[in-house]
Amino acid sequence: MIKNISNLGDAALYCDFGTEVNKQINSEVIKYFNTIKEKNIKGINNLTPSYNKLIISYDLRIINFNEIKDIIEKLNVTETLKIVNKNLEIPVCCDASFSLDMKRLEKKLNLSQEDILSNFFGKEFFCYMTGFIAGLPFLGDLDENMRVQRLETPRVKVPKGSVGITEQFANIYTYESPGGWNIIGNTPLKLFDSSKEKDPNLINPGDTIIFKQITLEEYENYNE
Amino acid sequence: MSNNYFEIIRAGINTTFQDRGRCNLYHIGIPFSGAMDNRNYLLANRLVGNKLDTPVIEFAYQGPLLKYYGDKIYIAITGDVIFKLKNKDNEIVGNCYESYQLENGDEIDILSTNKSVYGYLSISGEFNLKPQWGSFSINTKANIGSNDGKKLENNQKINISKINLSQGKNKINYLNSKVENIRVLKGTNFNYFSEEGKKIFFKKEFIVSKLSDRMGMRLEGPKIDNIVNTNIKSEGLLKGVIQVPADGNPIIMLSDHGTIGGYPKIGVVASVDYDRLVQMSPGSKIKFKEINLSDAETLFKLYEMETQNLLSQI
Repeated sequence: MIKNISNLGDAALYCDFGTEVNKQINSEVIKYFNTIKEKNIKGINNLTPSYNKLIISYDLRIINFNEIKDIIEKLNVTETLKIVNKNLEIPVCCDASFSLDMKRLEKKLNLSQEDILSNFFGKEFFCYMTGFIAGLPFLGDLDENMRVQRLETPRVKVPKGSVGITEQFANIYTYESPGGWNIIGNTPLKLFDSSKEKDPNLINPGDTIIFKQITLEEYENYNE
Repeated sequence: MSNNYFEIIRAGINTTFQDRGRCNLYHIGIPFSGAMDNRNYLLANRLVGNKLDTPVIEFAYQGPLLKYYGDKIYIAITGDVIFKLKNKDNEIVGNCYESYQLENGDEIDILSTNKSVYGYLSISGEFNLKPQWGSFSINTKANIGSNDGKKLENNQKINISKINLSQGKNKINYLNSKVENIRVLKGTNFNYFSEEGKKIFFKKEFIVSKLSDRMGMRLEGPKIDNIVNTNIKSEGLLKGVIQVPADGNPIIMLSDHGTIGGYPKIGVVASVDYDRLVQMSPGSKIKFKEINLSDAETLFKLYEMETQNLLSQI
């Protein structure tokens, strides 16, 4: 449930679902997101679901804060929506040329490369949200012993396809972009297809992911 | 097939096609984009008799030098822009907010924006462009939009698919107001900052840094001290949101911003001041003035009425 609604500026509603990050709160956020999206409410021009917040942007020429708050508060979100979540396998190569922060991770986590990789590749991840750059998924949760802070100085350019970890989360850089996550490997898979008018994202909130380790040779010969 | 086009002799610093932008894609990581200064975008279209959502050429600082080939066409430039129009016999300094007729072989030389950042060039007709997700706007960071999502380059051709001469020569008197004060609503993490930090934010002067583009505007000045946490759990961003990372220097999100961010939000620029904010060039002084929600809504309505009033005068 929404714990509190406030304004974020004069053209957005900030719906707070809590401070923790877990699947239960996140699925509430996604339920609201899907319901509001389906209702096509006049004036709403964007929705941003995240771990435990939903931001609703609107056109101030059409509707204002109090009007939209009223609509959201009266919204009936109990109806079941038919959302098909996917289970995906993402190939990742951890050749030294890709795993840019392996040394740092070994040191910070006090784990060997083998331990890090076996933990990372054995797990099922859940997609909480996508964004920052087009199609980038925020995945969780890493085990306690795998959690590490962002780089002290973020990279100006993280290579496209890089798989990064920070805190309890993993992500995949869909484009070359600035970024501060610890890079563990790289996927040859295309995660964002700008030629698709509908559903350009491969991974969407609610999907589950398992990373599968591949060799450099498999990476180079990868064909989608 | 008509054969009307511009040849780009000099592309300029950051020249793109922009329209009203694209909606409902934040959740997959795609921002609105669109013309940075919405009022000047609308005026550019109205001056040449276009529908108001027609894509135009947006330029920043130094604009393009274009040579025109084809049938008679009207153009207009809006913003605070210094430009020249050249034909084989003479050269004139052009006025913003006035449409001009171009003929085969004429040139438009957009020298620079004057103590501002963005300007707009419209044509009476349509460029031959392909939209993406309902908009022609180019987001060069994500390579989304017309022109393969890339800024315009030297020696490129800009094809024109349609010319509309139904409206003749037009002009309007308009002056872009220069401001220092930008009105801001308190952000969702306002209380993350020390009392001193809050005071600094609303009382002191900041300077627009050179590290500013269509994605964001970085500010320099006194540091704003965070007493709670320099990170938040990542959540949505909007244009106008002011984030303060650990180094204490505010960053304002602009139209091509990343859709998710993890720095505390100290404030959000009121919609009424967005067009003026984006025009503040590096080195400009900026001061934030606190405004509440209902005043921000009222002032935006007035600003909209003023825009509509300007459009109706043309």
